[in-house]
Amino acid sequence: MSVENHSHHGPEALSDKIYAEAGVNTAKCYQCGKCSAGCPLAEDMDFPPSVIMRLLQTGLPKNEEKALESYSIWLCLACETCYARCPMEIDIPKVADCLRHESLRRKKANPKSKDIISFHRAFLDSIKYTGRLYEMGLIVDYKARSRHLIQDVNLAPGMYLKGKLHIIPERIKHLGLMKKIFSKTLESKEKSR
Amino acid sequence: MARIGVFICHCGENIGATVDCTKVAETCGKIPGVVHSVDYKYMCSDPGQNMIKDAIREKKLNGVVVAACSPRMHEPTFRRAAAEAGLNPFLCEMANLREHCSWVHEKGDTTTDKAIDLVRILVEKVKRNKPLLPIKVPVTKTALVLGGGIAGIQASLDIANAGHKVILVEREPSIGGHMSQLSETFPTLDCSQCILTPRMVEVAQHPNITLYTYSELESLEGFIGNFKVKIRKKSRSLDEKLCTGCGLCTTKCPNKRIPNEFDAGLGMRPAIYVPFPQAVPNKPVIDKVNCTYYTKGKCKLCEKICPRNAIRYDQPDEIVEAEVGGIVIATGFDVLNSDFFPEYGYGKYKDVVNGFQFERLASASGPTLGEMKRPSDGKTPETVVFIACAGSRDPAKGIEYCSKICCMYTAKHAMLYRHKVHHGKAYVFYMDIRAGGKMYEEFVRRAIEEDGVNYVRGRVSRIYEKNGKLIVMGADTLLGAQPVEIEADMVVLATAGVANDGAEELAQKLHVSYDAYKFFTEAHPKLRPVETNTAGIFLAGACQAPKDIPESVAQASGAASKVAGLFSQDELTREPLIAVVNRTAPPQYSTCVGCFLCQTSCPYQAIEKEEIRTKDGKLIKTVAKVNPGLCQGCGTCVALCRSKSIDIEGYTHNQVYAEVMALLNRSEDNVNI
Amino acid sequence: MSIGFYPGCSLKGSAPEYTESLLAVAEKAGIELREVPDWNCCGATAAHNLNHELSLALPARILASAEKAWMKELLVPCAACYSRLCVTAAELKENPELRKKIAGVIEMELECSTKILNIIEFLDRWVLNSEEMKIRAPFNHKVACYYGCLLVRPPKILNFDRAEDPMTMDKLMSRIGAEPIDWAFKTECCGAGFSVSRTDLVAKLSGKILEDAEDRGAEAVIVACPMCHSNLDMRRAQINKQAGRKFSLPAIYITQAVGSALGIPDKKLGMKRHFVPVKLSMTKKKNAPAKAAVPAAQTAEKQMEA
Repeated sequence: MSVENHSHHGPEALSDKIYAEAGVNTAKCYQCGKCSAGCPLAEDMDFPPSVIMRLLQTGLPKNEEKALESYSIWLCLACETCYARCPMEIDIPKVADCLRHESLRRKKANPKSKDIISFHRAFLDSIKYTGRLYEMGLIVDYKARSRHLIQDVNLAPGMYLKGKLHIIPERIKHLGLMKKIFSKTLESKEKSR
Repeated sequence: MARIGVFICHCGENIGATVDCTKVAETCGKIPGVVHSVDYKYMCSDPGQNMIKDAIREKKLNGVVVAACSPRMHEPTFRRAAAEAGLNPFLCEMANLREHCSWVHEKGDTTTDKAIDLVRILVEKVKRNKPLLPIKVPVTKTALVLGGGIAGIQASLDIANAGHKVILVEREPSIGGHMSQLSETFPTLDCSQCILTPRMVEVAQHPNITLYTYSELESLEGFIGNFKVKIRKKSRSLDEKLCTGCGLCTTKCPNKRIPNEFDAGLGMRPAIYVPFPQAVPNKPVIDKVNCTYYTKGKCKLCEKICPRNAIRYDQPDEIVEAEVGGIVIATGFDVLNSDFFPEYGYGKYKDVVNGFQFERLASASGPTLGEMKRPSDGKTPETVVFIACAGSRDPAKGIEYCSKICCMYTAKHAMLYRHKVHHGKAYVFYMDIRAGGKMYEEFVRRAIEEDGVNYVRGRVSRIYEKNGKLIVMGADTLLGAQPVEIEADMVVLATAGVANDGAEELAQKLHVSYDAYKFFTEAHPKLRPVETNTAGIFLAGACQAPKDIPESVAQASGAASKVAGLFSQDELTREPLIAVVNRTAPPQYSTCVGCFLCQTSCPYQAIEKEEIRTKDGKLIKTVAKVNPGLCQGCGTCVALCRSKSIDIEGYTHNQVYAEVMALLNRSEDNVNI
Repeated sequence: MSIGFYPGCSLKGSAPEYTESLLAVAEKAGIELREVPDWNCCGATAAHNLNHELSLALPARILASAEKAWMKELLVPCAACYSRLCVTAAELKENPELRKKIAGVIEMELECSTKILNIIEFLDRWVLNSEEMKIRAPFNHKVACYYGCLLVRPPKILNFDRAEDPMTMDKLMSRIGAEPIDWAFKTECCGAGFSVSRTDLVAKLSGKILEDAEDRGAEAVIVACPMCHSNLDMRRAQINKQAGRKFSLPAIYITQAVGSALGIPDKKLGMKRHFVPVKLSMTKKKNAPAKAAVPAAQTAEKQMEA
C-alpha cells in the first residue's frame, strides 16, 4: 500500500474549483454524517453525501474521479434536506450540481445514470424546441434515448382521458431566443474541454 | 534643564526588522534636551533594564523615554526600573514602536521616520512631566461571592478559611447549583450530593461566611478594595428566625402540581416548597407566581398549619447594604432544552430529554426515585439513544464552541442506564470523543468495553415519533456513512452549555466584559483565567465557559487566592494619573466657575463639590473637587470643562500640546522643533 | 384585483385540475390571474443538473418578462417552479456581475424585483382574508398536509416557513375547517423527478409518505406541488405493488380543498381527474350557516397551544 500525500491540493483540485465557482468551502465539513443520515436515498447510493465530501476533501485525483464517476450524484433528488440540516451550512446541493456539470464535461458520468441523464436531456430538448415542456415529445425523446419503449404505455390512456396528455405542443413566440440561450449556455459548456 | 535618556528597543525582530533602530537612536540623540540615546535588542530584559538604571545614575537623567512595545506590556517594568535607580517612575514614558509602528507598516524609510516622530513627541512630553506619588486606598477585607454552586462554595470556603469574611449570594432558595441535581459524577461515579452536601453544610456553619439565599445583586458601586454593594433579599414569605424547617407547610399545600425546577421540569412541587430535601438552608419559600393566595387571595393553609406561626405573606424584599473589597463571580451556566431542536421535535416529544432531565431520572432523589422510567408513560425504556453535540459545534444553530463536558457525561449517562437496565440497549451517536482529563479516557473506554454501550460515529438527522417509539435516523460514518435507523424508547440529548439566565444584566451591573455567547470574559485566555478586566472582580466556574467540576473547583480556589492576595495588603496603591481641579492663590482660589458639568458627566461619580470658605466660615465659592479614590482618569471632565480648570496628571494640556506641536513642527533633519 | 401568474408547464400539461381549481377559486375571490406573457419553462431539475447558466437563464427570462409586464407580485403555484424562481432571483440579486451576464444571455433587462408568492401565501393573504369568502362547506376531514421539499427548503432563501414541521399549510387547512394531523413526513421527499427514470425510487419514497399519513388516520393528503401530486397519485399502482399494501387515501390539491370549502362544485375543481378516486364525503351542506374563514390569528394561537 503506497503512502498517500493528502497535504498538497494541486491547482486543478476539484475542491478548489468548486470554491472558486460556487463559493462552497469543502474544508468546513467535519464529516459528521448528518447529511447522509437524512438523505432519502443514501442507502441506494454508492457514496452517500458525506463520503462524496470526503473524497473531495482529500484533493487526490483518484478520489475526485470516484466522486465524478459516482452514481450518487445522479441519484441526488436535490431535495435540499442535507443543506437544511448541515451544521456547517455547506451548500451540498450546489456541490452536487458542480460535480454533475464536471462529470458531463469530462464525460465521466456513471453508466448506471444513463436513463436519468437521458430524461434530463429529453426534458431540455423539449424546452429548446418549444419553450415549454411538451409531454408527448419528452416521452418520445426519452424512449428513443433509453430504449424503454413500452414503459408506462399503460398509463397513457388514463392520462389522455383525464386531460393530462396533450397531442399538440404549445410553442412560445420567441423560439429563436430559446435556441440562442441554449447555444450560449448548455451547448457551449459541453463543447469546451 | 532637561536631561532626557532615550532607549530604543529592537524587541528582537519585532521592531528591528522593520524599523532602523540604530538610526532612530542616533537621530534622537540630537534632539535638544536628550543627553543619552542608545538602542538595544531587548530593553525589558535584565541587562536592558540595567542599562536604563545605569544611565539614570551616571548621566543624572531627569526623564526617560523607552521606545519599545505597548505600554500595556512593559510600562510597569520600566517604571519600576526607574524607581529603583532613584527616578520618580512617572518621569519614565514609553513610545510604542511596535503595535503603533513596526507591526502595522512595511520596512522602509517612512517607517523609520515615523518611529523617530513617535520618540520625539514623547521626549517633548517627558520634558513637561512632573514627579507624581501613588495614591493609597484602604482595602475592605470582606469578599462577595455571587453564586452558590460548587465554584461559589469552594471560593467562599477558601476565602473564609484564609481568615476573611465572605458574603455568599445565591438566587435560588438553596445553594448547591447544578451539581446538586446530578446523580453521579464522572470519572469516579461518586454520588454527587454525597460529596457536595458536606461542603454546603460547611458553608452554612462557617463563622466567616454570611449566606444570603433567594437573593440577588441589586447594584454595585466603587472600585477594587472599596466596593459598595446592595443585595436584594427576595421575600421568602416567612420569618426565618422562627421557621425550624419542619416542612409541615410543604406537605399541606393544596397546590402541588407545579413543575419542579430542581427536577428539570420532570417532577412536581407545591407552591410553598423546599427545592430538595438536602437544601441549605432547609427553609421553604413561597412561589408567588403560582401560590393560590398571591394569585387569587384564597387558601392561607400554610399559615394556619405552621406550628411556629412563621408565615408572613406581607413580607417585603429586603435590601442589604455591604462594603466589600473583592468579588468572585461564580454564577454558573445552563443547558439548552429539547425545544431548541427543530429536527428533534421542537420539544413536543416528552421522551426526548436533555442531560439534566436524565440526571434527575437516574437520581435516587428524583421523580422516579432512581428507576429508569421514561417521562411519557413511566415504562422502562429498553432502547435509549444518546446524542452528543446537540447544539454545540453547530454554527447553523449559532453555537460554534464545544461544550467540553458532554462527551464525558454522555458516557456516564449511558453507563448509568446500563447499570440500571441490564438488558437495555444504549447507543451513543458522536462525532469525536473529548476525554482529556485525568482518568477520563479510561472512563469512556469502560463504557464501551465493559458496559456494552454502542458508540456510532455519526450525527442524527432527525427524530420522529411513531407508535410510542422514537425513530432515530442517524448514520455510521466509519462504515461509509451507512444510514442507521433505531427505534428508541427514549432519547437523551447532550445539549450545549450556555450562559445562565441574566448573565448579561449581571455583567452590565458589575461592569465586566462578556463575549457574544454571554459568558464572562477572562483578563487573558492563557495567563489570567480567573481575573476579569475589571480590577477586583474575579471569575470562577462555568460562568466563564462550560467546564467540569474539577476545573470549576480549581478555578474557584484560584479566584480565592487572588482575593486573599488582594486582602493581604492593608492598603492598595492606585496610579496617580487622575484628574485634578486647579487651585490658585486667593482671591481666585480656582479658575473653576462651579458649573459642575464635570460632575454630571463623570461616569464614576468621582467629582464632589467643595466649599471654599473664609476663616469665619463665610462661603466664598463652591468649586469642583476630584475624589482621588474614585477617579479613573478617563478625561471626560477635562474635555467638557469650559474654563480649562481641570486637568489630568500625567496627561496635562501642556503635555498634550507639546506632543502635537512637536509632530507638526518637524524640521528637515526631523530633529529640531 | 389582479396578480401576476406563472403557471409553469405542469399546470398547462399534466396537472389541469390544479389549474382548474386555482382559476375557480381566484374567480370566486374576484382576483384576475394575469399570465406572464410568452412564458417559458423554468428548467426544473433538468436545467440545474446539467448546466448552471442555463438553470439561471430560463427562470431569469420569466422574471424579466414579469417585470416587463409591470407585475409587482407573481403567483407561482408549482412548488418546483417557485423554488427555481426564488433561488435564481436570490443568486442574481446577490451577484450583480452574474445578473448582467444572464441579462445578456436572455437579451432582456433584469432587476429581480418581483415578489414571488407560493400558493399558500396567495390563498392565505389574497383569498381567505377577504370578507366575502364564506366557508359554505367546511372541509371537516382529517388531513395530512404534505409540503414536500421545495416549499420550505432552502430555508434561508425562501424564508417562508420553518423547514422542520412547518405549519402554514396546516393553519390554512384549519381555517377552512379541516383537522390537520401531526405526522412525521411533512417535508420528506416524494421522489421528485424520478417519476420516469427511476419509478421504483418514487414508489419507495412516496410509499413511506402514504404509509405514515394513513397510519395516523389521515383521510387525504393535501399537496401544493404537481410533481408531488403526480408521484402520490398517478404512480399509486406501483407504490401499492412495491409496498405490498393498498393505500386508498387520495392526494388533493390545496386549491381543490379550499375551493370545495368555498362551495365550488367538484366538477369545476377537477376532482375526477385524479387516478386515486376522491371518495371523501364532500357533500355541501346546503343550509349550513355560511361563515367567514377562521381568522389567521386564531388558528395561530391554537397551534401554539398544541
